[in-house]
Amino acid sequence: MPEHEAAGSPGTPTHAVRDFLRRRREQIAQRWADEPLFRTVFTVSRDEAVEAGKVVVDALAQVADAQRVEDPDAAGFTGVREQLARMGAARSRAGLSTTQVSSELAALLPPVDNLLVADLEGETPERLRECTTTLSVLLGTLRLVAMQTALSEVQALIDRQRLQLLEVATPVIKLWDGIVAVPLIGTLDSARSQGVMETLLNAVVDQHARFAILDITGVPTVDSLVAQHLMKTVAAARLMGAECVVSGIRPAIAQTIVHLGLDLGTVKTRASLADALGYCLHELGANIVNVTPDGAGHR
Amino acid sequence: MSEEFSRPVAGHVPVLRLGDVLLVTLQGDLHDSTAHRLQQDLSETIARSGVGGVVIDISGVEIVDSFLGRVLAEIAAQTELLAARTVVAGMRPAVAITLVELGLTLPGLRTALTTEAAMELLAQPVVSSRSGGRREESP
Repeated sequence: MPEHEAAGSPGTPTHAVRDFLRRRREQIAQRWADEPLFRTVFTVSRDEAVEAGKVVVDALAQVADAQRVEDPDAAGFTGVREQLARMGAARSRAGLSTTQVSSELAALLPPVDNLLVADLEGETPERLRECTTTLSVLLGTLRLVAMQTALSEVQALIDRQRLQLLEVATPVIKLWDGIVAVPLIGTLDSARSQGVMETLLNAVVDQHARFAILDITGVPTVDSLVAQHLMKTVAAARLMGAECVVSGIRPAIAQTIVHLGLDLGTVKTRASLADALGYCLHELGANIVNVTPDGAGHR
Repeated sequence: MSEEFSRPVAGHVPVLRLGDVLLVTLQGDLHDSTAHRLQQDLSETIARSGVGGVVIDISGVEIVDSFLGRVLAEIAAQTELLAARTVVAGMRPAVAITLVELGLTLPGLRTALTTEAAMELLAQPVVSSRSGGRREESP
């Protein structure tokens, strides 16, 4: 490749583009400021948009200088990532899809391209073609960087929400002195079961609970994995000196468990949360007594 | 043997007697030799004093492996043979999870939340099927 042999000399298309970007920095930024991407994000003043455009042009020039026009991880892009993320986020908030943001980024190319063609007037058509190709590759990489940044933002958001969901979905409720309960709602997977186990066991220690009730009324299906997790939780609670009661097993789930051939023999089960609470209170020696004259007794 | 006794008592686990109960507190790592010595000390003390219960407090144990699980199960089985009941008290959540993940659910082991709860448990009369086998003797 002749470009590589001549790397470092001002003659390569990459360096020509770099020099062009540095020379025309002001003009490019001015033109970009009129593009919807910059205009709608930097609404306070046009100068602000121009300044932001200059930062991006500088970053592009730096990447071209490092001869890494195709590398989205090039050091030059580091400085503009935050700005690109801000711009992307602002456009997403305005209701644009990722594709639309992407095409707005693509719209940054034509004004620069026109400038480049005007700038290289008098060069051979061959040379002109090389330079424009390099420029479009460079802007394509910029687009890629912007998309990457947007994606990682979204990923971070999903991770944060998943954590929040974990916390929200597994509250530990103190039902009585020495009795705690966890109402499980939604599908149980390994990560969630682990979280449930940890929060329940920590609550057992914090509240000095002798009994822990796992209520699975809100769990739509029970498979062998979920059953295994339930048994693990029960076993761990027992090791800590607390007794674990599983309540709210619905008829369909009971059938599934029997069909799967799962042995929950070591697990104490009750039909409803009320029954489980009644059992725990009875074991604690606190009986519920009806004050009505006709019937006095405990569940 | 004599060499062992002349060494300083590093890692020695004290066995305390509180009325009819022996109290053992485990802290941190339990090494093979210490565990072996503890098992020996416990069984000898039970045989000598004829206590009815042993409380092992492991609230100071933060890291557990299959070895500790086995030691606890062995101590429980041993004391059972000597007609005393063993209660393991104060297991931390992380330790319980690790043991369960290792598959060591220790089915025959009595457990309690705190040392106090363990004492209460031992104060209750024996209700298991082995109750007839409990030794009646003066200390």
